[in-house]
Amino acid sequence: MANEIKVRGDASGLSCPMPILRATQAMKTVATGELVEVIATDPGSVKDFAAWATSTGNPIVESDSANGKYRFVLRHK
Amino acid sequence: MTAVAVAPQAQAASEGAVKTKKLCIIAYSGDLEKTWASLIIASTAAAMNIETSVFVTFWGLQSFVKDKKRITGENWMQKMLSFMQRPGISHRKTSKMNFMGMGPWMMFQLADKYKASKPKELLAMCQELGVKIYPCQMTSDLFGIKREDLIDGLEETVGAATMLQLATEADSTMFI
Repeated sequence: MANEIKVRGDASGLSCPMPILRATQAMKTVATGELVEVIATDPGSVKDFAAWATSTGNPIVESDSANGKYRFVLRHK
Repeated sequence: MTAVAVAPQAQAASEGAVKTKKLCIIAYSGDLEKTWASLIIASTAAAMNIETSVFVTFWGLQSFVKDKKRITGENWMQKMLSFMQRPGISHRKTSKMNFMGMGPWMMFQLADKYKASKPKELLAMCQELGVKIYPCQMTSDLFGIKREDLIDGLEETVGAATMLQLATEADSTMFI
């Protein structure tokens, strides 16, 4: 399974639900097993991405935050 | 860099298939903020792989008339209704403090300032993500709204029985 990030999406500054919608759009462009990275500044996105991962079955393989930016690495299941 | 806690179920989600959930929204209101809420919920649900259907009825139906359509209906009463409440997703009025359009204008200014998506963008997103939007037959007749008055990409026009089937088969139903 490739561990390099295939698509990067920047949802900085965007309010709910755009980070989730941008992530979903990005997810549609990659194949099974490939990774997508999304950057968001919406603090609600931490819980929202967890809920999205549970619902879609696409796992969050990495996440961190720095300087008010939240980074999520998602794997297409 | 500080680690952000990820819910354990989010990681466990990769294991085993996730059962597809269903959501049914009955979009009854044509008010700006309620239409907005319906579209946020519908688009997010679709993004979460939740099979989403939106049944649009009564004032809600007017939100799905083409923006450029000014007057709908056959007789003077239907025409008057569309004249008093201009149809189209971009012409919604707020339920409170509409003030001849000042309310919606301010809401849109705030949406731009805080980078919140407006109803029109969310509607496009819903359609892109496969949300099924069903117009109500009875309301279409009542308001004299013809199929060609409605935006493209909607499902077939249906009645209460279809809506009830969607609602009873869904995991969650919302009346907005």
